[in-house]
Amino acid sequence: MYENKRLGFLFVLPFVLGVLLFKLFPFVASFALSFSQYDLIDPPEFVGLANYQELATGDPLFRKSLGVTLLFAALAVPLRVGFALFIAHVLNFKMRGINFFRAAFYLPSILGGSIAVAVLWRFIFSKNGLVNLLLSQLGIEPIAWLADEHYSMWTIVLLFTWQFGSAMVIFLAALQNVSVSLYEAAECDGASKFQQFWRITVPLITPVIFFNLIMQMVHAFQEFNGPYLITEGGPLSSTYVLALYIYDQSFRFFNLGYGAALSWVLFALVGGLSAFSFWSSKYWVFYAGEKERK
Amino acid sequence: MTSSTETLVLNRERGRPWLRYLALGLVALVMLYPLLWLVGASFKSNGEIFSEIGFWPSRFDFSAYAKGWKTSTEYSFATYFLNSFLITIPRIIVTVISCVLVAYAFARFEFWGKKLLFSVMVGTMMLPLIVLRLPQYLLFRELGWLDSYLPLIVPSAFATDTFFVFMLVQFLRGIPRDMEEAAQIDGCNALQLLWHIIVPLLKPAIISVVVFQFIWTMNDFMGPLIYLASVEKYPVSLALKMSIGATEEVEWANVIAISVVALIPSVTVFFMAQKHFIEGASSSGIKG
Repeated sequence: MYENKRLGFLFVLPFVLGVLLFKLFPFVASFALSFSQYDLIDPPEFVGLANYQELATGDPLFRKSLGVTLLFAALAVPLRVGFALFIAHVLNFKMRGINFFRAAFYLPSILGGSIAVAVLWRFIFSKNGLVNLLLSQLGIEPIAWLADEHYSMWTIVLLFTWQFGSAMVIFLAALQNVSVSLYEAAECDGASKFQQFWRITVPLITPVIFFNLIMQMVHAFQEFNGPYLITEGGPLSSTYVLALYIYDQSFRFFNLGYGAALSWVLFALVGGLSAFSFWSSKYWVFYAGEKERK
Repeated sequence: MTSSTETLVLNRERGRPWLRYLALGLVALVMLYPLLWLVGASFKSNGEIFSEIGFWPSRFDFSAYAKGWKTSTEYSFATYFLNSFLITIPRIIVTVISCVLVAYAFARFEFWGKKLLFSVMVGTMMLPLIVLRLPQYLLFRELGWLDSYLPLIVPSAFATDTFFVFMLVQFLRGIPRDMEEAAQIDGCNALQLLWHIIVPLLKPAIISVVVFQFIWTMNDFMGPLIYLASVEKYPVSLALKMSIGATEEVEWANVIAISVVALIPSVTVFFMAQKHFIEGASSSGIKG
């Protein structure tokens, strides 16, 4: 019965329809839209490459937000993935209370996307909020986290990093698959804990590091709630990420064609970086299972 | 756990377990303190919020909850919570049904184009959703679905939340087919097999799907922001945003109190299902 081709296809049909209707069609449509001018009222008008030309030459806000997005991803992704790996490593031992710690570290990444947490963040980084209260105890002058363009980026980077739990859980699963005998052998040979981590743990879980890097990168490039709610893109556009700019152009100013072009730039960026990662992965990602399977 | 694991664990535990606990405890404190402090602050007066680092309030004042709940709009948070559930619950139901069906097909059937479809599924997990927002919006506009919950629910009925399909497929791959083969010999058809064998086996993974979808939908902000226009239809996320937007010199205590309330459903669901779904998420087979 598992060979029953029609039945299998019948079960998968919702997905096929869903992909065509809600993914593929919008994907193609947004590409087409990016060559037009459309304000929701008059019918779309074909303008060729005009939107992209505008992006490339005449739009300082685009350049700014592109830079902000790249900076955000460059800071936030390594921090989140690095933290996730480090904590997973420390947690990967049989110990009492491990479930408490797992839950404690996971909770922020579950709640982190919520508006309530954004409110909280905006509040603890406000001028007389919790963070500055703590700093004043240490004798440090209060910092205008949200109003000073040198610090505003860090608040949303910290919010992103704080939610390392989901990546951590995936790392934990991978770490539990690493054969203990490898560590035993290394210990006999006198390898330090640090060496064990870099020489055994890291190489063996490179596929998972790779997976987490890609997924978190896709997330980082789309980050919207933090910059929208906490810093509102400011001050001086220092947290004005592309996702915000796309939202503004599309749904606030109703420049739908321009918004579509922007979103295609974002897509090209994520696609290009993913492709690069996949290409580079053959040099640093080690699939232990591959050889066994062949 | 094998015996070799035990010995190694012992070797390592002999090191300095308290150091590990201390480090983990400190990180946990830093991680959770903002949330703890939020709960404490919800009982404080505006003045105390801005001067006290400790999370324990000097007195318990529930008035912020009462005021926050009422909101400055004509609707109370009762309405907004109800709206949130009106979106979340149908969405969870259609997600589970469609994703289980599709995962069943991918994990247990051979059909034409299966490999390609599976790659498409994994590929869409990496597609930035924001690229699709605009045309989706136009599509729902053509269908006359704007300012209704349909755009937030209907796509999930078509297994578009591919992360869940992926998770369920990986979970099913780890389950031996013996039981299904036995049931087949006993004359079960594919649907009976699905209902009587597969679904019970998938239970932990299904719980994960329910929990994730519940929390993600409760947290969803951009979807409602784009599709909903009338305040009476707002879910909690949008209502909360309104409460900070309207007020620059805010009664922070009210906003904080209502933020705490807004987190309660998600926190409850998280702790109820914590064991199942951390395992469910980690067993999705993304392993080395």
